[in-house]
Amino acid sequence: MATPQTLLDKLWAAHEVLQRDDGVSLLWVDRHLVHEGSHHAFAKIAERGLSVAEPSLTFAVVDHYAPTRDRSKIADPQIARMIETLRSNSAAHGLRLYDLDDPHQGIVHVVGPEEGLTLPGLLINCGDSHTSTHGAFGALAFGIGATEVAHVLATQTVWQRKPKSMRITVNGTLGAGVTAKDIALGWIAKLGTGGAQGHAVEYAGSAITGLSMEGRMTLCNLSIEGGARFGMVAPDDTTFAYLEGRRFAPKGQNWQTACADWTSLASDAGAVFDREVTFDASEISPTVTWGTSPEQALPISAPIPDPSEVPPEKAEAARAALEYMGLKAGDMLDGTPVDQVFIGSCTNGRIEDMRAAATVLRGRKAKVPGLISPGSAQVKAQAEAEGLDRVFIDAGLEWVASGCSMCVGMNGDLVRDGKRCASSTNRNFKGRQGRGARTHLMSPAMVAAAAVTGTLTDVRPLLEGRAA
Amino acid sequence: MPGWRVHQGTALGLPVANIDTDQLIPARFMSVPRADGYGPYLLHDMRRDASGALRDDFPLNAHPEASVLLVGRNFGSGSSREAAVYALVDAGIRAVISPSFGDIFAANAVNNGLLPAKVDDTANAALEAAFATGPQDARIDIDARCVTIGAVQVRFDLDDSWATKLINGWDDIDLTQNHSAAIAAFKQQRSQTASWAWPDGDGLKTAV
Ligand code: SF4
Repeated sequence: MATPQTLLDKLWAAHEVLQRDDGVSLLWVDRHLVHEGSHHAFAKIAERGLSVAEPSLTFAVVDHYAPTRDRSKIADPQIARMIETLRSNSAAHGLRLYDLDDPHQGIVHVVGPEEGLTLPGLLINCGDSHTSTHGAFGALAFGIGATEVAHVLATQTVWQRKPKSMRITVNGTLGAGVTAKDIALGWIAKLGTGGAQGHAVEYAGSAITGLSMEGRMTLCNLSIEGGARFGMVAPDDTTFAYLEGRRFAPKGQNWQTACADWTSLASDAGAVFDREVTFDASEISPTVTWGTSPEQALPISAPIPDPSEVPPEKAEAARAALEYMGLKAGDMLDGTPVDQVFIGSCTNGRIEDMRAAATVLRGRKAKVPGLISPGSAQVKAQAEAEGLDRVFIDAGLEWVASGCSMCVGMNGDLVRDGKRCASSTNRNFKGRQGRGARTHLMSPAMVAAAAVTGTLTDVRPLLEGRAA
Repeated sequence: MPGWRVHQGTALGLPVANIDTDQLIPARFMSVPRADGYGPYLLHDMRRDASGALRDDFPLNAHPEASVLLVGRNFGSGSSREAAVYALVDAGIRAVISPSFGDIFAANAVNNGLLPAKVDDTANAALEAAFATGPQDARIDIDARCVTIGAVQVRFDLDDSWATKLINGWDDIDLTQNHSAAIAAFKQQRSQTASWAWPDGDGLKTAV
């Protein structure tokens, strides 16, 4: 009998053009997504007089520098130049570009799945670490640097050593108000930011199969924060239902064939993983970060940790984090005042995230200012069709166009020095949202709760009597 | 980019854990063309005060000649921005030594001639101790996987394929183009066994 294979084994084998003697594989790339930040890579291929090998498999998206307010005139010349450079590179190489005025524009990791560019069984690269998001469909998706982007542009292949395999199983049912974001922050807090380094993570278990595609994308997206370059979920009926009829998804007979092929994309019974970790969904509660690393996260009911009580190798980092964050050990996380809120990003900027936030905000007022930037123009249109924009605006929050926005601040949407922001994004690194910005990561519903109370707080009491 | 086997220079200790790529180069400097140089932006918000002036008390400012950095664990985690490596390289850094690196950062480093030397905890502690009296002479030998800082000598880990690349200064595009026939054959075969893998929409299903 053949050795049982993991999902990783199957996806790897399906893309391996060849393997060198030193064990490094040359892999075929099915989809390559580029954005304004890919300018270094385009410059590299231009230097060598090369062109894009497979323009029909390469898609360009304006997201990192996308203005979220007035798009007709971009005041900052550097931002204008970044977008202009992507336009001219896309035109020169014949790439389909999702430009600012495209009704399908958005953050690259939101647009790919929405457009059906992301499919099970594909290898997807993008010069962005959160490319792991696309693994939610059972794809082999990973972020690469500029030199590798240039390589993919020129050859449609990428050199890669096969990572080790790791399975994170989450069994049981998530409680009300507990989301994929909490699963992710929970496991990263337990295993650390290096916890999955060198591994491709496959998520499994009843709590995972019970997640919507949006939830699975949030989980796979955050895999990189736990050190894993890849996050994956085996495709199932939820996956197929999400994809059917999407613009670039297979059609007709091709769709039938695809679904049949995709059904085999699961780890075989008895497949051996290099590492296995199991969690119980009922033990996960709404989680927030208190420090400057995603592993510095705790349930909202916890006190802020005392550096002298954390493991010694993490004490110095904890001390530095508390100083940067302006927090005091022993104080409760719940009740910590925030200055502003942000909902958006490739982690939590999808329609389900907008709905979750609106459920909390409906009929309530925000005590602090905040920005909501949907993950794509399609999410924006859908939210507006459902009247969610009214809920946000009536609550006193700003509803703007889609882009990376305050996740990274490249477009000028920044958190000011020393300000505390409850954020649905993915990185609480020092200075990520702006120099001196103090970021607390949490789910969109928890951000909405922070808006309503003006403090970090448990969303669950605010959900009572409201349909989730 | 020229390859290298042995490097001799000055090593500096920067024993801070989790220096992510957002700290190595804040996002706001990433629109700069490479030709302009990324050195001034290296660790910008750590090295400089709010006005942009260099802080006197930051070791790298006192020793701009440093070419080897001993850093804390999980160095280069986070964003895939290769600009983080450009900032190090343009500031004259040839090697970073740490117990662990972000995966994408390490690959980017090797692609730009920067050695990500991974050491175990014991070696790391021994090296850290070497900095008690400040910056030290350093010697790195990639073939021997050996780093000497002051009087301390330890071994580091480096994937063989990465060592080859660093030593030869190889560029993958040239290497890959030697395999163009295999790539073309693979594409042909994939288009037959997985025709659904080509985007189907907007008249695009024509490329195979
Ligand atoms: S939303 Fe944030 S994490 Fe996602 S691609 Fe944009 S900058 Fe990166």
